[in-house]
Amino acid sequence: MRLSASARSAIALLLVSAACATARAADVERGRALYESRCGGCHSLDQDRIGPRHRDLIGRKAGSVAGFEYSQALRASRIVWNAETLEAWLADPERLVPGQRMNYRVPEAADRAALIDYLKTN
Amino acid sequence: MQSLKRRTFLTASGVATLSAATFGLIAGVPGRAFAMGSTQARDVDILNVALGLEHEAINAYQLGAQSGLLQKPVLDAAVLFQSHHKGHRDALMSTIEKLGGRPVMEKPMAEYAKALNAGSIKSQEDILNLAARLELGASNAYLGVIPAFQDVNLAKVAARLAADETMHWTALSSVLGKPLPGAPLSFGA
Repeated sequence: MRLSASARSAIALLLVSAACATARAADVERGRALYESRCGGCHSLDQDRIGPRHRDLIGRKAGSVAGFEYSQALRASRIVWNAETLEAWLADPERLVPGQRMNYRVPEAADRAALIDYLKTN
Repeated sequence: MQSLKRRTFLTASGVATLSAATFGLIAGVPGRAFAMGSTQARDVDILNVALGLEHEAINAYQLGAQSGLLQKPVLDAAVLFQSHHKGHRDALMSTIEKLGGRPVMEKPMAEYAKALNAGSIKSQEDILNLAARLELGASNAYLGVIPAFQDVNLAKVAARLAADETMHWTALSSVLGKPLPGAPLSFGA
């Protein structure tokens, strides 16, 4: 049986999509594992601990979780969390917001990207 | 009653493994309070985050011990690890005060129980998994803040604290039957 050109294209597209979805799932799983091992000492998704909760972080104004005691510097920062601001924050929080309290750095760009991808999905 | 006995035992066994005086000596911190500069204030902020971690760890082990789910010899190990965290707490509080800072205070245990979702704990394995997660997170947290310390002596102390947490994680992982990391340099990247 010969497939038409359009059918072959559709199958190829499906295979690429499936491969992308698998790779994406692997990235998110890597981000989850990194989150647990690198951030889990102080943070969780749904509870304030040493640091504030992270659920629905993307689009949130920095220093705005009700009831959490932030540094004055972060409260006054006017930062909104997105991929760009999180990248800068995780690379060197003191450089982004002098006077912040986290001070924890994630030195590898690939690790920061995986963590940000994970936070985007939660 | 059993919980009360365990709690009393844990309190009595809270022997500092690294005395505050020793910590101060190692860190090269003067034994008097002085006005903080901005670099000292930053170090104090880092130490206070570490102190928050230690408060949480102490309460996590307390919750585990009081649950009645831990059996010997796991209970003995949990008590030992809790005593290490109490030693860390005491040393951190002393150093923060010597730097002119104000140590963060421990919260009520109910707050730690809520934050750690203690209500979902049903077995010894659940407690060990929680403890292992916290110890791994603490180890990486200490390693991750080392570059931020202004005082290199405090950075060294953070590394020593990370070593204790890693020791705890390794022991807990062994009891849980989890494999050791296959790759080198798996901590603190």
